[in-house]
This record gives sequence, C-alpha cells and structure tokens, in this order.
Amino acid sequence: MKKLQNKDKKPVPVKTEPINRRDFFNKAWKGLGILAGIEVIAMLGGFMFSGKPKNNPVNKQLLEAGLVDTFAKNSVSAFMGGRFFLARQSDGGFIALSLRCTHLGCSIAWEEDKKRFICPCHSSAFDISGEVLNPPAARALDYYPVIIENNMVKVDIGTLVERSSFKKDQLQYA
Amino acid sequence: MRAILLHLHPVRVSEQSIRFNRTFGLGGMAALLILIQLITGILLRFYYTPVPSEAYNSVVFTRTQVLFGQFVRNIHYWSGVFLLLVAFLHFLRVFLTGAYRDTRKINWLFGLFLLVLIVLLNFTGYLLPWDQLAYWAITVSTNIIGYFPLIGESLRTAVLAGNELNAETLRTFFTFHTAVLPFLLLLLVMYHFWRVRKAGGIMLPVSAEKGEMVPSMPNLVFKEFIVALVLIAVLFTFSVFFNAPLLEKANPAYSLNPTKAPWYFAGVQELLMHFHPFFAAFIIPVGVVVFLAWIPYAKYDVPANGHWFISPAGKKSSADTARFSAIITIAGILFNEYILNFETMLSPVPAFISNGILPMLILAGFMAAYYKYYLKKLSLPKAETVQAVFVFITVSFIVLTIVGIFFRGKDMALAFPWNV
Repeated sequence: MKKLQNKDKKPVPVKTEPINRRDFFNKAWKGLGILAGIEVIAMLGGFMFSGKPKNNPVNKQLLEAGLVDTFAKNSVSAFMGGRFFLARQSDGGFIALSLRCTHLGCSIAWEEDKKRFICPCHSSAFDISGEVLNPPAARALDYYPVIIENNMVKVDIGTLVERSSFKKDQLQYA
Repeated sequence: MRAILLHLHPVRVSEQSIRFNRTFGLGGMAALLILIQLITGILLRFYYTPVPSEAYNSVVFTRTQVLFGQFVRNIHYWSGVFLLLVAFLHFLRVFLTGAYRDTRKINWLFGLFLLVLIVLLNFTGYLLPWDQLAYWAITVSTNIIGYFPLIGESLRTAVLAGNELNAETLRTFFTFHTAVLPFLLLLLVMYHFWRVRKAGGIMLPVSAEKGEMVPSMPNLVFKEFIVALVLIAVLFTFSVFFNAPLLEKANPAYSLNPTKAPWYFAGVQELLMHFHPFFAAFIIPVGVVVFLAWIPYAKYDVPANGHWFISPAGKKSSADTARFSAIITIAGILFNEYILNFETMLSPVPAFISNGILPMLILAGFMAAYYKYYLKKLSLPKAETVQAVFVFITVSFIVLTIVGIFFRGKDMALAFPWNV
C-alpha cells in the first residue's frame, strides 16, 4: 500500500473497516475454540504423563551382595534378582555389570571357559570388565555403583551408569 | 441388508471397474480382515488379563480350556498377518497403476498412514501373550527406537514406560491395541473409502472404453461376496492347520538365541546387521517414508494413464530395476557377512564412519552408476524414473525381510531355512 503518492499531497489515511458485530463474534468464537483446544490437549497430556512412574535414578537402593572374601579374583557371580553380574577383576577390583546388552537389550550370559560375556541375540561379546570384545555392540556394558563398607560388598541397583568404555576408576577396591 | 450394501456402493458401476484383475479386490479384502480382527479381538478380550503375572496363563487358558479358543486365537493371529500382506499388496497395486495423483493425493497419504496403523496394531498385539517370543522381540524392537538421534532414548523409555519391559508397558500396549488404534483405524478406513468414491471410483486405464454402466447389485456385490468367501475359507483353513506361536512364559533373565524382531521388522533388523544403527534405524527408514509421502506431490510431465507400470518401457525398466535391486541386496549381504566387515577391518575408525558413512557411500555409488549408465539412457518420463526408484526400494525391502525371516539362524548368522 502506498501511503504517500506525492509529497505535495496530504497523506491519505488508511481506511479500516470498522469491525461489525458478526465479525467480532466470529473471531471471539474462534479464539475461544483455540483456547478450549489447548485446554483439552493440556488436560490429556497431564492425564497421560502425570500418573506414569518417574524414571528417577536418584533413589539409592542398596543390595548386599556378600563379604569381599567370598568372591574369588577373576570370577563372576550372577545376581539375577538384581539383574547384574558382580565381576571381580584379577587385581581384586569390583564392578557390578548390568546384564542388559548395550546393542539391543538382550540378556547376556557368562561363559566361564572363555572368560567372557556373550549376548545370545546378535553374538556381541564383552570381557570381564564389560569392555566390548566383539561387535555389533558399540558400548561397554552399563554398571551399577559398588560400595564396600565393613568388608561387605553392596550394589546400588537404583542407579544405572552408562559409559562408552571401561576405565580403571569404575572399579571399587576393598 | 440390500439398503446397506447399496449405501456403501454407487447404484451403478462401470463394467470396466469391477473386473477382478483390475484391483484383485485387495482393498475389500483388507476391510474384511479388519472386520474379522475386530470380532475375534473382542472375543479374545473376554479371557485376556493384561498383567504380566497373569497374561501368559490367560492365553494358555484360552487355548486349552475355552471351546474354540485355540481356533479364535489362530484366526486373530493369521488375519493380522494376512492384513499386513494384503495392505502391502494393495499399496503396490495403487502405486503401480498410478492411482496416487490429482484428486487421489490425499488418499495416498491416508493410505500410508493406514499402513503404519496396521503395523502398529500388529506390533502392540505381538507383546500381549507375554511369552519369550513376545518379550524379546519387543525388547529388541524398542531398543532399535533408542538409536534415533536426540529423542531416541526418551522415546524408548516413553514407549516402554520405563527402562525395560514392565507391567506398565503391557498395560499401555494393551490399551493401544484394543482401543486407541482400532478406533483410529476404523475412522480412517471409512474416510479412505469415501475418498475413493469422491475420486470417481477406482483408477481406470485411459485407453479402456468406459464400458457399460451396470447395477452394482448384483454385478459388484456378488463378486465381492465370492472374494470374501474364498478369503474366509483360506483364513480358516490356515487357522485349523497352523497354530499361532506361543513359547514358554517370558523370562527377563534368559534371551532366546536368535532373538528376532517381529517378521514385518525383519527387514530393518537385517539392515541393522550391516549398517550403523543411526543409518539402519533412522536415516534409511525415514528417507523411505519421506520419499513415499513425496511421490504424489512431485511434478510430473505426463498425466497418469492408469496402466500397470505406465508403459511397456516402464514395465521393462521396472523389471530390470527389480533384478538389479535383488542382486545388489543379496550381494551386499553376502559380501558384508563373509568377505568384508568394515567395522572389524577398520576398527580404529569410529563405527559411525566405517559401518555407516562408508557403506552408504558405496551403496549410493552403485545406485548412481545404475542411474547414469542404464536408466538415464532410456530417457524415461519422470513418473517412470520415480517408479524405478520405488521398485528398487520395494524389492530391496522384500529381499531384506525374507533374509531376516528365513535365512538368519543361531547367533543371527546366515543359514538355510531348514537349519533356522
């Protein structure tokens, strides 16, 4: 819209149609409709998600695995109830490995003769520290923090730690 | 009864449009299968308990203690399988006769959405028996979702309602399977039919003479009746002789070997054996869906003529592309399995490059060469080039799915079907 066609001429005021009653109500209904829509969506969202269990890994859940000396060095003990393997490395360090394969979530199994974890689904393999020996898995096994108090090994099964590879400081010593 | 039938159909239809081999009755078959699914699904619900500790027992109870329980469950299972197959064939027929343009654009998109709904219905139903097969197939499939970039992990936990399968997952799947999805499916199926009527019935070849207009009753209705009877006969025969699978109760501590995704995801799972998950589970499937949704909105130089494969030249280029696709897919699988494994060969390089970008580039190279040295030389109209791409994707998908279902044995190694 050209407001000014010539500097000499006076500016032409822009004509606006005065809003009539019908327009007003049409707009008002539309606005109310949108508002109602938003309310319904918010209500649905609130309904759907507020009742779901919170995925809060903060709560500590300690499971007593046993006395330090009951676990031989370079050995693996399964705790199926806690969904982990307690692996004691050859240097005496403890790590509690999740039994969930990092590829597609199948349950791994420990092969004592080959000293490795094997996933039956797609044959990923992991060593005793959870490090990947054979793809398709791309990450080392997740682990639960181990706490050793008064010679007792405890595993915090409320906190799952993800990692890309094995590092020495993930081990706990008595 | 007569009034209902005539309400669903126009009073008169063109003789041309009701020839059986025009559509093979695939859309109608899908509608009938959906109806059978509803009826058998409702029956099964009378005995099913959607709680992990009870679900498996309630299925066993249905099978062993309920009169016709096994039979009804089998019908439900097999009509689910048939429905997916029939819907897929229907989708192929619609594309290959060019019935996706002009007034049919929207209906093509709704058709795609219906296909997705049917897959989701199959998928949510797969978990319900809570046996080993269900538990691990859903575990594997939902972990595939976890590989989507950014939203993957939160989407996975949202679908599972937790970090792994639990009671909440079962209840969510049950609600979607028996309420949300069937409701949506019914609504959209009605709309889908209505759009076909609005488009003036099914797509007819331009060359065919219009043909005489004949009353739908009995000409069309009787044909539909025969198709329905044959379909029901085949379905029931299947359900008498082949039981729906049911293994032992789900055991989270013990995975099956091999663990396979449900059969309709076997193609994606096969891709996962060869590509980094980012490509196999995200880039490739999303690319295919975007391509399919784009098809009706591309600018074409020639209007659709309703002929299968558009023209004799289109037929030939499609056949050649199908052969090329099958060969390159099979060769790729064998090559990657036995000769060259990029991931172990180039282990210092991140898997994203060695097992993702590199094989993608090689594949793209082959396709570009095929386009440059073969397709381009034919100087096809655009619709036929799009058709060739469609055929390439479809055939490759079918081959991957067949390999995934029938040729993957222990440890997911390649094996012959009789050893699987």
